[in-house]
Amino acid sequence: MTTRRDFIKTSGFLVVGFSVAGVGNEIPLLAQGPGPYPDLDFRQLDSWIVIRQDNTATFFVGKTDLGQGTGTAFRQIMADELDMPYDSTSCVMGTTDVTVDQGGSGGSDALQTDGYPMRRVAAEARRVLLELAAARFGVPVGQLVVTDGVVSVAADPSKKVTYGELIGGKRFNVTLTGNNINATTGTAPLKDVQQFKVVGTSPQRYDIPPKVDGSLKWAVDAKVPGMVHARNVKPPFAGAKLVSIDESSVKGVPGFLKVVSRGNYVAVVCEREEQAIQAARQLKVNWQKPATAPFPTSENLFNFMRSATPTFSAMPTVVGNPDGALKGAAKVLEATYEIPFQGHTAIGPAHAMADPSNDQLTIYSNDMKSYGLRDGVAEFLKMPRDRVRVVWMEGPQAYGRTAADDAGFEAAFLAKELGRPVRVQWMRNEETAWDTKGPAFAVRVRGGLDAQGNLVAFEYDARSADFNHLGYNEHDTVLISQLMGNRREMPARGSAAAPSEMYAIPNRRMALHVVSLPLVWETPLRTGNLRDPNGPQATFASESFIDELAAAANADPVEFRMKLLQAAPDDDSGFKRARSIACIKAAVEAFKWDTRPSPKRAANGDVLTGRGIAYTYRSQTVVAQIAEVEVNRRTGRVWVKRLVCAHDCGLIINPEGLRRTIEAGLLYGLSRALHEEVSFDTEKVTSVDWVSSPTLTHADCPESIEVVLVNGDPNPKRSDLPHYGAGETMLKPTLAAIGNAVFDATGVRLRRVPFRNARVLAALKAAQV
Amino acid sequence: MANISLRVNGKSHTVDVDPATPLLYVLRNDLDLQGPRFGCGLGQCGACTVIIKGEAVRSCIRPVSTVQGAEITTLEGLAVNGKLHPLQQAWIDEQVPACGFCQNGQIMTAKALLDKNPTPTDAQIRQGMASTLCRCMTYYRIQSAIKLAAKTITSARNEDSEQKGSEVIA
Ligand code: FES
Ligand code: FES
Repeated sequence: MTTRRDFIKTSGFLVVGFSVAGVGNEIPLLAQGPGPYPDLDFRQLDSWIVIRQDNTATFFVGKTDLGQGTGTAFRQIMADELDMPYDSTSCVMGTTDVTVDQGGSGGSDALQTDGYPMRRVAAEARRVLLELAAARFGVPVGQLVVTDGVVSVAADPSKKVTYGELIGGKRFNVTLTGNNINATTGTAPLKDVQQFKVVGTSPQRYDIPPKVDGSLKWAVDAKVPGMVHARNVKPPFAGAKLVSIDESSVKGVPGFLKVVSRGNYVAVVCEREEQAIQAARQLKVNWQKPATAPFPTSENLFNFMRSATPTFSAMPTVVGNPDGALKGAAKVLEATYEIPFQGHTAIGPAHAMADPSNDQLTIYSNDMKSYGLRDGVAEFLKMPRDRVRVVWMEGPQAYGRTAADDAGFEAAFLAKELGRPVRVQWMRNEETAWDTKGPAFAVRVRGGLDAQGNLVAFEYDARSADFNHLGYNEHDTVLISQLMGNRREMPARGSAAAPSEMYAIPNRRMALHVVSLPLVWETPLRTGNLRDPNGPQATFASESFIDELAAAANADPVEFRMKLLQAAPDDDSGFKRARSIACIKAAVEAFKWDTRPSPKRAANGDVLTGRGIAYTYRSQTVVAQIAEVEVNRRTGRVWVKRLVCAHDCGLIINPEGLRRTIEAGLLYGLSRALHEEVSFDTEKVTSVDWVSSPTLTHADCPESIEVVLVNGDPNPKRSDLPHYGAGETMLKPTLAAIGNAVFDATGVRLRRVPFRNARVLAALKAAQV
Repeated sequence: MANISLRVNGKSHTVDVDPATPLLYVLRNDLDLQGPRFGCGLGQCGACTVIIKGEAVRSCIRPVSTVQGAEITTLEGLAVNGKLHPLQQAWIDEQVPACGFCQNGQIMTAKALLDKNPTPTDAQIRQGMASTLCRCMTYYRIQSAIKLAAKTITSARNEDSEQKGSEVIA
C-alpha cells in the first residue's frame, strides 16, 4: 500500500493508489492505505504541487468540479504561474487525504477565492525552481529565463535545465505562510494577468473524453470486494413515527442480510442491488401519523407564509425616506410575487459507498464538500477524524445537494453496522420528494413614480420559508441524523435575499424575513443550498417589478434601468455599477433591442411575441439578459426562442468553457421559470418522479443562445484584473427576463413562478388576451 | 435465480440472476459496465439507455430474461477499434457534458435516432430527444453535437460510396 507521501518520494505516478497514470485527471481510487489519514499541511509546498522527472506536474486542489470545468481552469491558472505547458499538467481534486482542505465547492467561489492561493503556490514553486537553476548555473536568478518548464541562461541558451531535472522526484521542502488555507502564500509575487499564456485560451476539459467513452469511474461505480447493497425505507408521511417493523416480511427475499433501524431511520441490506430494492418495497413497517399537519398544501403555501410569525426578521435597510416619498409620489404601484419550493432533483439520486476495512472508514462519494462529509461522519459515528477519509469522485449535478450529503452519512453508518462495505442509493421517488429544496419566497413590493416617471421610492419585503437551512454536512443536520432523533439546539436561521442591483433610487426600504413551516425536523421540505439558493427568487420579484414601474412610466425597460444606473456617479470597489452599464449595453446591442415601452400592442393570431430584459449581479459577477418569447394564447405555452446574456466575471480563464457553463445555467433558469415546483399535500410531498416534477426538456430548448463575454472594468487592461465566480449568476435574472417578455408579448404580468401552461392560460383568459 | 445468456458489445456472458432483474443492474453489477446509469428506474429519464436491435431501450425497466440472445450495445461498445463513434467525437468537439451523468442516455438515444434518420431536422431532434433528460441543461450543445455528428456520418457515407463507385468502374 502506498500513501501520498510515498509516491511523492518515489516520484512516479505509476504507484498503487492512483488508477490513471500520466497526464489528465488522476483519481485516487481503491488501494486504501492503512490510515490514519491526517490533514495535509497546507503550509508545505509539497502538499500542493508535485513535479516529476519527466517534467510534468500535478496540482492537488481541495476543491471539487461539479461539471463546470473548474479542474481545467485550475490547471490553466497554475500552469501559467508556474510557466509550464498546460498539457504537462494534471490535477487531483477533493480527496481528503491527498488534497488540502479547501472546503470542497460551493458559492461559485472556486476561482474567485481559492484561485489565489493556487496561483500563489504555483508562483512560489516557480521561484524555488529558478533559485535551484541559478545555483546550478552560478548566475543570478535575474539572468534566467523560463519557458515551458525549461530554465535557461538568457545570455547562453545552451545552458538549460528542465524543472523535472531540478526537482523531479524530490520534495520542495519549502514552508509557506498564511493564517488559513485561503491566505496560503510563499514569497513570490503573482504575475500580471497580461503575462498569462494559457489563461484566456480554451483547452478542452480533460474530464470529457472519459465521460463520453464510458471509461470514467464515478462515485456510482465504486465497488470493492465484499460490498453489499442497501436501500432506505422512508416514512410515508412527513413527521411519522416508527411503531414497529415486521422483519418476517422480507425473510424470504433472496440475498437478504439485515434490517437496520434506529429511531425513524430504516434501511434494508441485501447481497445484490435488485434484492435490496425488492426488500425495501416489501418490508412491512408500521408508522404513526403525526398529530398535526406538517405543512400546508402547496396551494396554500403563500397564504400560510404571509400569515406566519417570522422566525427571524432582519433590521430593515432604509435609505432616504421611503414612506414620505411613497406618500408624495404621483403614482404608487404595489405587487406580490410568489416563488414556490424548487428541488434539486438531480438526474441521479443520492448515493455513496463506504468501506470500514482496517478500522478506518473510506467513503467513495460525489460530495462537493468532501471535507465536510469527513468531519461530519467522524462526529456522527464518534470516530477520530483522521480515521475517516472521503474519496471524491464525479457524480450527477451536485450544485448544493451534496452539501447535505445524506447518502454519504448513511453508507458510513451502515458500513459500521454491517462491518463490511455497503453501497447505498436512493430511489427516484425518495430523491425527488426528500432532497433539499430551494426556499419558497413571498415578496411584496411597492414603488413610487414622480410626475415625470422617475422612480423615487422602492420597498421590498421578502419572506422566505428557509428556517433550519441545511448545507454544510453537519452531523446533526443530515436526514439520517434527524430521523435518528438528533436535533441541534440552534437550527440554522436561514435567509431571505435582497435584490442585487446598482440602481440609484433615492428612497428605499429592504425588509427580509424568514418563516418556518410547522414541521422543522425530519421534513421533506428541508431547504438547502441550490444552484443559487435564493437569487432567482429575489431577482424575479425585483426585476419584474422594475419592469412594471417602467411600463407605468411609459418608458422603455432598458432606458428606465439605464437611467437608474447612470443617476449616481459613485461606484463600489469592484466597479459593479460601471460593469452593470457595460453588460446592459452589450446585451442590448447583441439582441438588437427595439426601444419602446412594453407591452407591444397585441397582434392577431395564436402566437404572440415579445422581449424582456433583466439584470443583476452575484458577488462581483454581473449579468444582463434578454429573452425573446413566443406565447401561445390557445395553449398558454411559453417558448423562449432566443436568449442573449451579457456576462462580466472579470478575468476569463477559459472562454469556451465559460460559454457552456453560462448556456447551461441559463437553461436551468429557464427550467425554474417554466416548470419547476415542489407539490405537496398536508401529509407528504407529492412530487415523486419526472411526471409529477417536470423539468425543462430538449423540446423547450431555445433556437438560439448568445453569450457575450464582457470586460466592463473601467481599466480593462489592469494587471490585477480579478477572476470572479461564474457558476450561478447567469440564472438569477432569467425568470424575470422571461416574465418581462411575456408581459411585452401579452400585456399580462406573471407574478407566480413557474409559468406552466395552465397557469399562463388562466392568466391570459382572466385578462381576456 | 436462473442462468441467463447475454450478448453485450459483441461478447457472450452467462449470469445467474433472478430473470425479472432489470437489465440495468446486470450490466452494471455483473458485467461491470458503467455507461448505463440509474436515474429513475421508471423509464422516464433515459440515463440507463442501451441499444437493442437498433432501438434505444431503457434498461432500468427491461427484465433481463427478455433480452436473452439479443445483441446489446452499451456506451462502451460504440467505439470501433479504439476509434470513437462520430457522436462521441462530436460530444468532445462541442464540449457537451457538464456533470456528464445523463450523457450516456443522450448519446445512445441520439445514436438510435441517427441510425434511423441520418439527416434529422431541428424539430425531429427536439422531438426525438425530448424524453432524455439533462438536469445540468446541456440541451443546446447536445443538439449542436447531434447535427455535427450527422454531418460527419453523412459525409463519411458519401465518401464511402464514391470510393465503392470508383472501385466498380476500375
Ligand atoms: S433510469 Fe431508466 S429511464 Fe431513468
Ligand atoms: S450533464 Fe449533468 S445531467 Fe446532463
